Amino acid sequence: MALTAAGGNATAETPVFCLAVEHEHAAGGSTLLGFWIYLMSDCLLFAALFATYGVLGGSYAAGPAPKDVFELPVVAVNTSMLLLSSITYGFAMLATYRGRVGATQGWLVVTALFGAAFVGIELHEFAHMIHVGATPQRSAFLSAFFALVGTHGLHVTVGLIWMATLMLQVGRRGLIPDNVRRLACLSMFWHFLDVIWIGVFTFVYLGGMLR
Amino acid sequence: MSDAVHDNHATGELARGAGHASLRGYLTGFILSVILTAIPFWLVMSGVLNSKIATELAITTLAVAQITVHMVYFLHMNTRSENGWSIMALVFTLMLVVIALIGSLWIIYHLNANMLPGGDMSQMP
Repeated sequence: MALTAAGGNATAETPVFCLAVEHEHAAGGSTLLGFWIYLMSDCLLFAALFATYGVLGGSYAAGPAPKDVFELPVVAVNTSMLLLSSITYGFAMLATYRGRVGATQGWLVVTALFGAAFVGIELHEFAHMIHVGATPQRSAFLSAFFALVGTHGLHVTVGLIWMATLMLQVGRRGLIPDNVRRLACLSMFWHFLDVIWIGVFTFVYLGGMLR
Repeated sequence: MSDAVHDNHATGELARGAGHASLRGYLTGFILSVILTAIPFWLVMSGVLNSKIATELAITTLAVAQITVHMVYFLHMNTRSENGWSIMALVFTLMLVVIALIGSLWIIYHLNANMLPGGDMSQMP
């Protein structure tokens, strides 16, 4: 691991600007940092959608306002579904680090059920809104609302597909290092979506009721 | 030698993950999140503060607190993970998010404030 200069006449005084021999990196050793940076770029995508909603959220075009279409008890149930799925995914990771395949699978199933309940309730809410005429094309407020909340829901749906894939992988190969790494990535993705949802229920739903 | 380095590196990565995940941490984060979720819903649904601005400020503060709780207890964010690169990426992202959000709201509010009052475009020549 000693630093050696690329040139031939290296002395103790010669400044060294590069590693002549790169030290070993295990395959996948930097995956978690790379995935974190992906999540940060995803965060910027949501920032753009939040900014859009912040600007257009008061433009109703004489259509329905947040008070007419949002039902806070439903949002509270939805929020608890996502929060519960976050903690159960945490339990899945604890089981993973202890090498317990059965417990990992079990907690993943519970997490997926909570996640599916979240998506189901959200789709039900969207269907209800569209039924009463609060469609995305009705006003700028509704366009911004469906873009922001819909993108979040799409992320959760993709997370569910990913979770099902990993359950199959763990079922076939067990908790090999590759699968543990994948589970750790999905863990970050899932918790990150819960963080975004904090912004959604605070600024879209609760903030909308205050307008 | 290189095989040994490989193995240490790979298991080290996973051990680090296992190191800062604990049942106690997850439960603490969960209980704090439940409290920090229940208060804003209660504030808005009951309207106890009797002031829109005060309620808005309160729910914003609670959201920031809850996001911090999630970052620390669920995403295991600290200044040491990945030699500080995680927090570096996070701080940079937060900077861009703040610029995008506050910049957009400020500029568009400014534009709206400067529009002609009660302008009905269809009546214009």
